[in-house]
Amino acid sequence: MKIAAVCGSGLGSSFMIEMNIQTILKELGREDIEVAHYDLGSASPELADVFFVGQDLADSAYHLGRVVVLKSIIDLDELGEKVRGIVTEES
Amino acid sequence: MNSFLNLLINIASTPAILVALIAVLGLGLQRKPIADVVRGGIKTFVGFLVVTSGAGVIENSLTPFSEMFKVAFNMHGVVPNNEAIVAVALTKFGTYTALIMLAGMAFNILIARVTRFKYIYLTGHATLYMSCMTAVILSTTGMSSVEMVLFGGLAVGLANTIFPALAQPYTKQITQSDSVALGHTGDLGYALSGLVGKYFGNKEKSTEDIDFPKSLAFLRDSTVSITLTMGIVYVIVAFFAGNHYITKNLSEGTNYMVYAVQQAGIFAAGVFIILAGVRLILAEIVPAFKGISERLVPNAIPALDCPIVFPYAPNAVLIGFLSSFVGGLISLVVMIATGMTVIIPGVVPHFFCGATAGVYGNATGGVKGAVFGSFIQGIVISFMPILLMPVLGDLGFEGSTFSDTDYGAVGIFLGNLAHSFGRIAVIVGIVAVLILLLVLTALKKAQASSISE
Repeated sequence: MKIAAVCGSGLGSSFMIEMNIQTILKELGREDIEVAHYDLGSASPELADVFFVGQDLADSAYHLGRVVVLKSIIDLDELGEKVRGIVTEES
Repeated sequence: MNSFLNLLINIASTPAILVALIAVLGLGLQRKPIADVVRGGIKTFVGFLVVTSGAGVIENSLTPFSEMFKVAFNMHGVVPNNEAIVAVALTKFGTYTALIMLAGMAFNILIARVTRFKYIYLTGHATLYMSCMTAVILSTTGMSSVEMVLFGGLAVGLANTIFPALAQPYTKQITQSDSVALGHTGDLGYALSGLVGKYFGNKEKSTEDIDFPKSLAFLRDSTVSITLTMGIVYVIVAFFAGNHYITKNLSEGTNYMVYAVQQAGIFAAGVFIILAGVRLILAEIVPAFKGISERLVPNAIPALDCPIVFPYAPNAVLIGFLSSFVGGLISLVVMIATGMTVIIPGVVPHFFCGATAGVYGNATGGVKGAVFGSFIQGIVISFMPILLMPVLGDLGFEGSTFSDTDYGAVGIFLGNLAHSFGRIAVIVGIVAVLILLLVLTALKKAQASSISE
């Protein structure tokens, strides 16, 4: 399984979300799950199973397949809840 | 022995190897498994080479652009694009950039630890670009290598603490908390926009009450927005330069319009390559910096990239982009009319900085705040490069330059000290700013203890 975070330039925000997802996965003991970050232009459906984006990019990311929209990209509680949801669903 | 020493010096002065070693150091400090350390080192090494290859691509597209612009308008035209100018500068100042960045991150942690400004700047590419500009400016002062890394690093560490702090009063109003700061190189512009909104707007009339079409959202994709705007700019410039001149001197017979569109595409391709390389470089360095700072600075406030505020006011994002861009266009007209160097409004800085300024203006002054705040931000980022370019030495004439406000502020401060009074003035200036932060911390402490008594 692979999770990716996506933002406009693929430099800052998506990278931060990636690091936060990694921290959450570590707490869950699921470090086997790969995490990456991309810019909106390079992200394509085959690059990951689930894509995380901020609310403001929701309309531009529908082509990626399974997309999780974050209301706030700095809210760790929201992110944790959504990552846990994906992990439990998968197992 | 001598040849061994030579080898060491060679390693340290090959920037690609040097940044790889920095990544290896970071991974080692986090006690990562050997496989991760090797992988991270190699990816960073290749990442640096990718960035410098992208520089070549960008230069191939900017050189004919400058020539066409000169023939068409008899003026010097500049496209502000951070990626382009940094990639070009890294081919020459890579080693110092890497060392200043490393020292800058260390100073950032140290300053956050000892002063009351607890901001840890996690936007790695902004730190990389700021370090690169600092390296360029300090190299004109005749400083020794040690001085350059030490004071350059201190300057970057200070900038990475001060700019998030300047924007923080307004960032707090947006996020309704003091747990996160904005670490992007337009912080000065955002604080300005917040200030403008405070005096010229009404925050009750928020942009978010407007029903606004989201059809401009595709511009968030930087490849699309760069190709589109550069395409328009190249076509206009090619039109005025004329088919005859271009087919004879530049395109080797290809039709001038086809050539213009292709060159715009090459520019976007260059930025794409550079961004891919920057991602590879930062992938290992930023998490290490984050991990180390979390252990060393209690109550640290992470300063993060500008899109973190976009979800708070999506309408302000679009309004901010548009009015910033209008500010850029009006500035363009003024520059043409007065015969100055012409700064072509780049869609990337106007999008990211303008949009963020819009969110700040909206937080303090609603619709009016968003419109005026980002409009003024747009004018500032158009004129700042004109003041910045002369202090960048040879790099000032590359057809591209740094765009965001904080590069302008740091560059103009350091550059003018260097140009007018030389090396000692630069050192005194940087240390004076550090002392100012320490004094502000001491004052706050004195105030706090007098209240508690």
